[in-house]
Amino acid sequence: MGFELNGTTYETDEDGYLINIGGWNEDVAHHLAEEEEIPELTEKHWQIINFLRGYYEEYQIAPMIKILIKAIMKDMDLSKRDASKMLYELYPAGPAKQACKIAGLPKPTGCV
Amino acid sequence: MSDTPMMDELEKGPWPSFVREIRRAGKQSATARDLINILELSYKDKKTHWKHGGVVGVRGYGAGVIGRYVDDPVQFPGVAHFHTVRVNQTSGFVYNTKGLGEIMDIWDKRGSGMTNMHGSTGDLVLLGTTSEQLDPIFTDISQKGWDLGGSGSDLRTPSCCLGPARCEYACIDTLAITRECTNYYQDELHRPAFPYKFKIKVAGCSNDCVASIARSDLSIIGTWKDDIRIDQDEIANYVKGGGIDIMKEVVMMCPTQCIDFDGTKMEIDNSNCVHCMHCINKLTKALRVGTDQGATILLGAKAPIVEGAMLASVIVPFMKLEEPFENLKELIEALWEVWDEDGKNKERIGEFMERMGKGEFVEAVGEQLADGECGIEMTSQIDMINHPRENPYIFYDEYLEEEG
Repeated sequence: MGFELNGTTYETDEDGYLINIGGWNEDVAHHLAEEEEIPELTEKHWQIINFLRGYYEEYQIAPMIKILIKAIMKDMDLSKRDASKMLYELYPAGPAKQACKIAGLPKPTGCV
Repeated sequence: MSDTPMMDELEKGPWPSFVREIRRAGKQSATARDLINILELSYKDKKTHWKHGGVVGVRGYGAGVIGRYVDDPVQFPGVAHFHTVRVNQTSGFVYNTKGLGEIMDIWDKRGSGMTNMHGSTGDLVLLGTTSEQLDPIFTDISQKGWDLGGSGSDLRTPSCCLGPARCEYACIDTLAITRECTNYYQDELHRPAFPYKFKIKVAGCSNDCVASIARSDLSIIGTWKDDIRIDQDEIANYVKGGGIDIMKEVVMMCPTQCIDFDGTKMEIDNSNCVHCMHCINKLTKALRVGTDQGATILLGAKAPIVEGAMLASVIVPFMKLEEPFENLKELIEALWEVWDEDGKNKERIGEFMERMGKGEFVEAVGEQLADGECGIEMTSQIDMINHPRENPYIFYDEYLEEEG
């Protein structure tokens, strides 16, 4: 599976995650967001994408959701519950499913 | 010869057969037919042909659907997608036929028609559908008043025994507690944000028909504080009836030997009773649970993964549980707070408690509870030690202070 964007072909797995993480760029993010029915990537969306990519670059693994939520609590000055709600408002199908995909991270593993 | 000889083998014999059930579903469903085919191949190759996981879900929820794909979708198109949908069961599994009929109509239309009633967490599990059908299924079941259950690192669907709906032993309203926990913790149920899964099971008495002590992180078991009620006339009737040898089957079986029986009259030393319920189960007409009822809260049961299997251990010996269960909620939230703060990825609360040490864990939860409105006090106590220390190389704080 895969898609073509600006003359480049991007390979994805059956859930639509990029196979080659290095191939990611902002246009790819916009394209993936569209496929996920997120009409616009706002500043808050980008905050999460950037956090995910930064974390992945450092640790080579997607963060636990609670770490992501703690980062949102700090960045956006929210309570834990509100941070979790905000995350699902921005990415309605869930941070693992949508945010990681749009950020170009590989599919999170684990028993879900 | 049949295409699936090993599957045929599993249909033989007088006992129930899952193969026979799936084949029956296969009369209508190509999915069920391919399920049998792929299982035959798995037996032949001695390896599973299901791929690990898969990230699927419905909009707005991070839990409730478990993705499954096969590694050879071309050969087995019927099970190319075989996602599982967990539907939140009713408290105590009390359904009416109309409700079940509605679920099955939706499932025949949008899925394989196969179910697992119920999964070990308690959910009404719908087996086998495709990614495209997930959101429509969610819409359909929501319209009929159902909701999805938990999956992944979240609060799993709370479940309970039948409790006061049918059972005279129930010391707490298990159904109400389960319903309240489910409704109150919707965020935690649908949006995984814990270190790992967290299961709550509620049993009405220490017979523990839901096996909460072995299968749930937080086990709530009904109990009583006062004395077992004895009806001496009924004891006399048991003696007269002769259907049971009270001495052999009841008195001698008491784990703490706290029953005194002279052949006509029974006395129980309640201060030594461990509430195992054996005598009450045996002499149903003569003995009843006490009237000052509440629950014991236990923590930490789990199946083996990181550590071996663990049974739950008591964290609150007795707690009154009455609607709206504010004290229980405060306790649950305090436990989550401590676990969430320092728990490692994929570390159950029981393992976390072991790693931290129960004393320290209890103190940390106690600190959380100190700010609460219910005034629950929790401190570590000497009774919690189940084995004296073997390592003599311990330096106490006082010792270090003296050394300066």
